[in-house]
Amino acid sequence: MNNKEEIEDLIDSHEEDFILNVGPQHPSTHGVLHLKIKLHGETVTDVQLHMGYIHRSIEKMCEASSYRNFIYLTSRMDYLSAHMNNQACAMAVEKGMALEIPPRAKIIRVLMSELTRIASHTLWWSSAGLDLGAVTPFFVGFRDREDILDIFEETCGARLTMNYNVPGGVMYDIHPNFQRRVKEFMKKFNKRHHEYDELLTGNVIFQGRMKGVGYLSPEDAVSNGCSGPVARGSGVSCDVRKWLPYDGYENVQFDEILETKGDCFARYQVRMKEMLQSAKIIEQLIDNIPEGDFQAKTKNVIKLPKGEFYSRVETARGELGVYIISDGSMNPYRIKFRSPNFCNLSALKHMTIGGKIGDLVAIMASLDLIIPDIDR
Amino acid sequence: MKFIYDFSYLTTKIHNWLYLHCSNLWVTIWEMVIVGLCILLLFVVLGLTFVYMERKVAAFMQLRLGPNRVGPKGTLQALADTFKLLLKEGLTPSASDKFLFYVAPFIVIIVSMLALAPIPFAKGLQMYDLNIGVFYVSAVSSVSVIGILMVGWSSYNKYSLLGAMRSGAQIVSYELSAGLSLVAIVALAGSMSLNDIVESQRTGWWIFKGHIPAIIAFIIFIIAGTAELNRAPFDMAEAEQELTGGFHTEITGMRFAMFFLAEYVNMFIVCAIGATLFLGGWMPFHVGHLEGFNHIMDFIPPFVWFIGKTFFLVWVIMWFRWTFPRLRIDQLLTLEWKYLMPISLMNMLLVALIVIMKWHF
Amino acid sequence: MTNEELKNFITAHTHEVTFEESQFLNAFVPSEKIHSLAKYLRENSFAGFDYLFCLSGVDWKDHFMVVYHLTSRKFRHSIVLKVKIADRNNPTVDTVCDIWKVAELMEREVYDLFGVKFNNHPDLRRLFLDDTWGFPLRKDYKDDITIVSL
Repeated sequence: MNNKEEIEDLIDSHEEDFILNVGPQHPSTHGVLHLKIKLHGETVTDVQLHMGYIHRSIEKMCEASSYRNFIYLTSRMDYLSAHMNNQACAMAVEKGMALEIPPRAKIIRVLMSELTRIASHTLWWSSAGLDLGAVTPFFVGFRDREDILDIFEETCGARLTMNYNVPGGVMYDIHPNFQRRVKEFMKKFNKRHHEYDELLTGNVIFQGRMKGVGYLSPEDAVSNGCSGPVARGSGVSCDVRKWLPYDGYENVQFDEILETKGDCFARYQVRMKEMLQSAKIIEQLIDNIPEGDFQAKTKNVIKLPKGEFYSRVETARGELGVYIISDGSMNPYRIKFRSPNFCNLSALKHMTIGGKIGDLVAIMASLDLIIPDIDR
Repeated sequence: MKFIYDFSYLTTKIHNWLYLHCSNLWVTIWEMVIVGLCILLLFVVLGLTFVYMERKVAAFMQLRLGPNRVGPKGTLQALADTFKLLLKEGLTPSASDKFLFYVAPFIVIIVSMLALAPIPFAKGLQMYDLNIGVFYVSAVSSVSVIGILMVGWSSYNKYSLLGAMRSGAQIVSYELSAGLSLVAIVALAGSMSLNDIVESQRTGWWIFKGHIPAIIAFIIFIIAGTAELNRAPFDMAEAEQELTGGFHTEITGMRFAMFFLAEYVNMFIVCAIGATLFLGGWMPFHVGHLEGFNHIMDFIPPFVWFIGKTFFLVWVIMWFRWTFPRLRIDQLLTLEWKYLMPISLMNMLLVALIVIMKWHF
Repeated sequence: MTNEELKNFITAHTHEVTFEESQFLNAFVPSEKIHSLAKYLRENSFAGFDYLFCLSGVDWKDHFMVVYHLTSRKFRHSIVLKVKIADRNNPTVDTVCDIWKVAELMEREVYDLFGVKFNNHPDLRRLFLDDTWGFPLRKDYKDDITIVSL
């Protein structure tokens, strides 16, 4: 690997500019992202981002919807943590109404969030293996994800875009089979997580591809606004569930996983251990769901008072912020979604320059980007 | 039925029958035609078998069933794939170098066919027993890299060029280790002719008789052979997730089928050479001079032994593909030049010492 | 620091700031002072606002507003800076991407959707849309083909 001065010389000189388009249709960018990389042999000297291939102007559409309806658009932003997106929007509206939701709704929301987190990390693990060339993890990971999605389908009616959270609580009560199925799944999951480690984590080739690659220092992580496993892999403590607990997370025992190395393998380890922490949270709560209402009483047409409301939620990829500006009418005046993947992406250029193309793929796998969340 | 134990009965019968009916020149020509037809048949059978085997092996390792609709237990799947490939449109990029683009697939197929010449499939079933058999196979299989570089360059596509460059560097490097590991067995057996090497394993396979250096050479040969074939974990050249298709991004239809077929036949050749040199080829499992045990082992025909050993090695190579992620190109080349090459050289010295001091069995 | 202490801290540096309290402490900063105030808030060791977690643009029909949400990892306090841009035809404000690197992409997004130009930005191009689009999130954006007004 070239040293820093040589890389900077290469970037400044324009000789032998070999420009390669990675994307927008590409098997390993997780969505439609267009990267123009300048190569010198196999070394990357520059990365230019071109986004917007899946820009659906969700923020503008929200201005034309009511406060109940705009939540359904947000499932499609980061579709792997759809439940948490909806939760953030519902929380923002509830802040505006100054509404307290019943404890049963809170616990159900937390259970669903943690199941979504496990499902999202399982899919991430499968595609990380696939990006690096190991095809088998894809099938192994999806086998577990199918169990979770079946549980969702029974209660919420949908597998991917659940639309289960509403301002005031959750839309329906949980299915009678829910507790039994989740407990069965938890028993299987703890054994299967061990399989994941055996298949990929301990593999020498995998570690050689991920260790020492894509270093992100803590200062750069904070300056680039990174959050979630990307920042926690560099040692930055930023879990919103711990820092600003919401919806019942203050009563649950779990650890915030921090790794200090800052390379791709550290981010990988953070996500693997987070899956186990989510399993721990679910085990604490599954037997203690309080009785009561699953939805607080709200008017049919919600009007928020004039003002601004910001809610923050920890999705599987980082901190999602929903910023609602209301002028007192039925429709929101302006909604801004602070998406975690947008800020994680701004760290990509810094991490990739100086590495090889193979490193670019490993870095994208460890950043776990969902492009519709970036483009909104 | 004696010929299943010794094919020379059959071949001499055919040879004599031809002699009775034709002149010398025509005998040679007819024999060449028969051998050519057998090779083509072998290609077809190998292609179909390996496609089916790869998909089933992959499926069982990935917790699923694999092809099970077309034909009983999916056995006709490979035929369906062949028809599909025949019917696909063969596109040529308009700015490509037409001559190189057309010629490249033929080079790889010709190389595969040539390398099949000295391999002994069974006792008496060998195309041509060259006295430099090992050297010939090693030399001929190096020519395939030219085909890959040709197609990468002539595709007029940056992805293909990158893939072909990577592949070229990789194949050229790993040939060294593969060749050196074969030298270990040549030194132990004392001859480069493949028939002699198989005969010398009458008292036991070289992997047992040659103990330490032979085992090291075998491991290096399997690793280097997988790298020569551009198969995972060394398939940087066609890494789907990085380069979309690598050197075969732009080839479609029958041309792609030829590359595909050549890769599978090369896999067969590498495993056949490994089986012949290290695991005894068509020689049954003998233990020293235990006559009774050896006689029992001789009941299984040599052809079955050869196919069994070769397919076992093929299965091991397929197992690698579905378990390991792939190495980055600089890690791949580091593995060869900094690890495998010095080990092979040391191994060569070790085997020379063992042969001189007669410390092998 | 509490909200009172933050108010005193900021007024000590920049006098022209007015405050409003809602979920966070909102500080209305004149547009020529935003860069120096932001730098001061980042670099001062008692404030330490090193995390810019949201940069949004709002169109209030007669003026634009650029909203910066800042928080400090060390001290765990947050603040919102709001910059009013009165000129609707040629809205400009200074960039803060030399202070927080994430602002580079976020300001491009505001430029793309609202048309607010950021001075001294290293690479101010449109982010999601191409150069011929108007600025969709403005309230007076008209598009008869794709937008159906009810």
